[in-house]
Amino acid sequence: MTNAMTSPRLIQNATLDQREAMAKRKQRGKLKIFFGAYPGAGKTYAMLIAAQVLHTQGMDVVVGVVETHGRSETTALLQRLNAIPRQQIEYQGELLEEFDLDAALRRKPQLILVDELAHSNAPGLRHSKRWQDIDELLATGIDVLTTVNVQHVESLNDVVKKITGMRVSERIPDHVIDQADEMVLVDLPPEELLQRLREGKVHIARQPEREMECFFCKGHLMALRELALRRTADRVDADVRIWRQEQSVTTVWSIREAVLVCVGSGPDSERLVRRAARRANQTGAPWHAIAIETPAMLRLPEAVQTHILSILKLAKKLGAQTAHLSGQDAVEVAIAYAREYNLGTLLVGRDRYRRLPWQHGFAEKLGRLAPDLELLQVAREGDDRKSSTSTLISIPRGATKWHPYLLAFLSVALVTVGSAPLHAVLDLANIVMIFLLVVVFTAVRFGRGAAILAAFLSVAAFDFFFVPPRFTFVVHDVQYLVTFTVMLIVALVVGQLTAGLRFQASTACKREQRMHALYEMSRDLSSALNIKQIVYICQRFIKRGFNASVAVFVAGAEERLMLAEGSAILDATDYKTAQWSFDQGQNAGLGTDTLTAAHALYVPLKAPTRMCGVLALVPDEWTWELPPEQQQLLDTSATLIAIALERVHYVILAQDAQVNMEAERLRNSLLSAISHDLRTPLTVITGLVDAMRIATPLLSEPHIGLIAAIQDEVSRTINMVNNLLDMARMQMGNIVLKPGWQTLEEVIGLSMRNCASVLKRHNVRIDLPADLPLLELDTGLMERVINNLLENAAKHTPVGSLITISACLKGEFVQIAVSDNGPGVPPGMEQKLFEKFVRGKMESSVVGFGLGLAIVRSIVEVHAGSVWVENAPEGGARFIILLPVGNPPVIPEEL
Amino acid sequence: MSDGQSPSIMIVLIEDEPQIRRFVRSALEAEQYQVMDVETGKQGLIEVGTRRPDLIIIDLGLPDLDGIEVIRDIRSWSNLPILILSARINEAEKVKALDAGADDYLSKPFGMPELLARVRAVLRRSARTHTHDAAVVSFGGVEMNFLQRMVTKNGVTVHLTAIEYRLLAQLVANAGRVMTHRVLLRDVWGPNHSDSTHYLRVYMSNLRRKLEDDPNVPKHILTESGVGYRLVLS
Repeated sequence: MTNAMTSPRLIQNATLDQREAMAKRKQRGKLKIFFGAYPGAGKTYAMLIAAQVLHTQGMDVVVGVVETHGRSETTALLQRLNAIPRQQIEYQGELLEEFDLDAALRRKPQLILVDELAHSNAPGLRHSKRWQDIDELLATGIDVLTTVNVQHVESLNDVVKKITGMRVSERIPDHVIDQADEMVLVDLPPEELLQRLREGKVHIARQPEREMECFFCKGHLMALRELALRRTADRVDADVRIWRQEQSVTTVWSIREAVLVCVGSGPDSERLVRRAARRANQTGAPWHAIAIETPAMLRLPEAVQTHILSILKLAKKLGAQTAHLSGQDAVEVAIAYAREYNLGTLLVGRDRYRRLPWQHGFAEKLGRLAPDLELLQVAREGDDRKSSTSTLISIPRGATKWHPYLLAFLSVALVTVGSAPLHAVLDLANIVMIFLLVVVFTAVRFGRGAAILAAFLSVAAFDFFFVPPRFTFVVHDVQYLVTFTVMLIVALVVGQLTAGLRFQASTACKREQRMHALYEMSRDLSSALNIKQIVYICQRFIKRGFNASVAVFVAGAEERLMLAEGSAILDATDYKTAQWSFDQGQNAGLGTDTLTAAHALYVPLKAPTRMCGVLALVPDEWTWELPPEQQQLLDTSATLIAIALERVHYVILAQDAQVNMEAERLRNSLLSAISHDLRTPLTVITGLVDAMRIATPLLSEPHIGLIAAIQDEVSRTINMVNNLLDMARMQMGNIVLKPGWQTLEEVIGLSMRNCASVLKRHNVRIDLPADLPLLELDTGLMERVINNLLENAAKHTPVGSLITISACLKGEFVQIAVSDNGPGVPPGMEQKLFEKFVRGKMESSVVGFGLGLAIVRSIVEVHAGSVWVENAPEGGARFIILLPVGNPPVIPEEL
Repeated sequence: MSDGQSPSIMIVLIEDEPQIRRFVRSALEAEQYQVMDVETGKQGLIEVGTRRPDLIIIDLGLPDLDGIEVIRDIRSWSNLPILILSARINEAEKVKALDAGADDYLSKPFGMPELLARVRAVLRRSARTHTHDAAVVSFGGVEMNFLQRMVTKNGVTVHLTAIEYRLLAQLVANAGRVMTHRVLLRDVWGPNHSDSTHYLRVYMSNLRRKLEDDPNVPKHILTESGVGYRLVLS
């Protein structure tokens, strides 16, 4: 074992896991469990008291579901809290009141009370168990208070059954309790409970009278109380251990304690798993449960195989890491697994008695092959010498087929008749050979059972028809007894071997088929270029491999599912279930624990980087149970499909990006070409006019006037060209913002400088508060906004008017206003002004295209803001811009 | 306008547009500068190398070479003042050119008085780099005393934080010249802050509030849109 070498890595992993778990827990709600030994201990009451305290502290507390069982103190407490109305579910003509999970999720309180953690929901609800409801509540960050009794804990189930003789059907997996953030034991001594029962203060009506009497006898109560106390002590112990681990890194992870359980077909497998869970819980070590698929196991009836699987499922519920392995020799596989995962202890059932002296038990073989592993044999329950697997679970026997036996019989008969005439010609030894041939033939064609029958029939027929005296079973020559014995043994062994070979060949063939189908699909998927092809491949594969129709949902915008292109709509599927499966990343629907009433199985498509969608399988036949290898096949194919979808998704993204880039490049080169060609002559004109002005000899006064006029017109044209180009750029879409955190003051300062010449005959007042936050702006664009508004104001107000720029913080927004005391906006034009080529007065001497304000609106909108104009009550127009504040960066204060 | 410039001042003008070349040349010649104009970057490099001019004016959009390449080439062997001409739309280009070592820029379309003023300023600065810096610099009522590390406004001491002082000192030392965001951030905050433009904006706003008569319409600490800042002394 490489224990010493691998353990540091394991320690690291453990702390990493802890950190991850902690990070997850931060977003998750907190679960507090009020734990009791028996009904009537006062758990609900304690929970309500706790809720009451939190409620008065100002926490948003809501009652999801609380059973008062008619107790008046409890009812009184309940009235002071808000409650979510329960939903009415009709089931088999009965009206059941159930917890309304969706209402609770919509309400989203800080804390919710959900009584009876172990409750089973009415069929048709989303989850079959209440703890799943609670899990979903926790996942959305809601804190939960709940109650549970010790008899509902999965790993203690068999102990409780031993104590009380009652099998509890409502059970909760141990991890639910282990993962609770707090566990509070609500204790009441048995005498007091019995006293309260007699006084009628506690009323328990859910169980039949007789069982009740039995359950509530003092001995049982004491034993249950002990169990509850122990479970709580284990939990406290675990808390202490975790605390110590968090405090000091040097604590060594006791890897030798890690347990491996091998689940077999034996009757004590279930007890074995529970025992392992308890042991692992006590030591806090991880544990694994494995089932090993050997050729011998494959021969077992299907019912036994599903039983093994259900035990594996149970182990998973109890917190184990499970695996379904296959190999020739179960012992070797188990040892290899234990070494790979560094599991020091193997938990096995005690070996059954040996049928034959050379047969070794599983445990014995383990001990021999791996002396370095600790081996723990768990006691058997009672004496099961006589009990075989068939007593544990009833196997439907009706399935046995008769025709192989009939055919075996006919073959032997045919050979008997056929070789009868040869009796005189052939030696008896050769006749024996012919019969052996028939047995081999039967084994090849009709299997093990038929071969055995044929072996016996052959010996009998040989004796009856060929060995003298003929037509009687009597044998005179004792020698023939040897012949019969050897013939029988040879026939049986050859038949067994041949049949075994045939069986293995057929399983290998099936496995090969599965592999081949998977291989074919993965090959097809790897060449698929679009979603439609993937859907088609997926439909073909699922139809062939699972006998089911399939609908493929893919993730669209905002993580909403939609039917994939090319996927048919199936009646039995519904979006809600699919969406749930997608959101939670779990299988749902048919054959799962969630939304079991659905007619389809929903399998989420998980790709490495994201969830791609959901596969909805609608089986062609209603009786549809997926055997383990099929389940594995489905999981693998779902992963393959997900990866293919993801690949296509990224291909599409890359193509889009490419096209966008190309378009962007084209646009930019076009625009810069246009702007260059338009601006260059304007630059030249400005320059030439300037040159004329300063040229010697100096020009005369009237000429200077003319030149000034030219200059004015040119600068106006430059402005219009700028506006046109800006508008064109915005119209082409995709203005790429280059935002930065900017002070408004600076933007306004820039605009004031740009507009200095336009504003020289106006008065401008700027009124900015000093504590304005930074705004995320594209400075160049926002400068244009203020420029245009100032120019607009200057253009439409008489000389000498006052223009005011002001700003203030309005909640989540900063409001910027540019107002003037001019004539204001013509009524009814407020909206139209921001459209392209629209001007306040159509026939006016003021030059311009009416593009300025359209540009203003476009720019403000790409900044996620809004702009409008109104006439101020004191007269004049007021342009108002609202810009979101966002999350301005913090500038460290300098001392 | 010519304030006794000696006729020996030589300017190389690299510009591909003949009309622009023509009026720029005539305007400069009217100011008694000696102008050598060329059409392409390659020719420009040859002229600059052989004639050793006092100033280079270069258009960023040249047909043969990228203007920035030309600037880098010149900067690899000389500190000659360089003035760039560029279209308004190419702010990023301008910043790149300034970071590559150009001294100042003019956006097209520009007026003649503006061009001549920039030329004079750049020439004056390059002449001054050889003399010692003054210990006291004043602008718009503000007096900055480098020896005493003191700043006064209309005779009243202004309290500046350490960063504000460093920033102002940087601007004053390069008065008249445009300083890009990156250069200011590097010189004042250090090399790790070259993307924290918002720091610069907040500190500039503080400086303006302390030193400008009307911080909303600054007269001395000017913003160069998309490029950086410039301190104007007069």
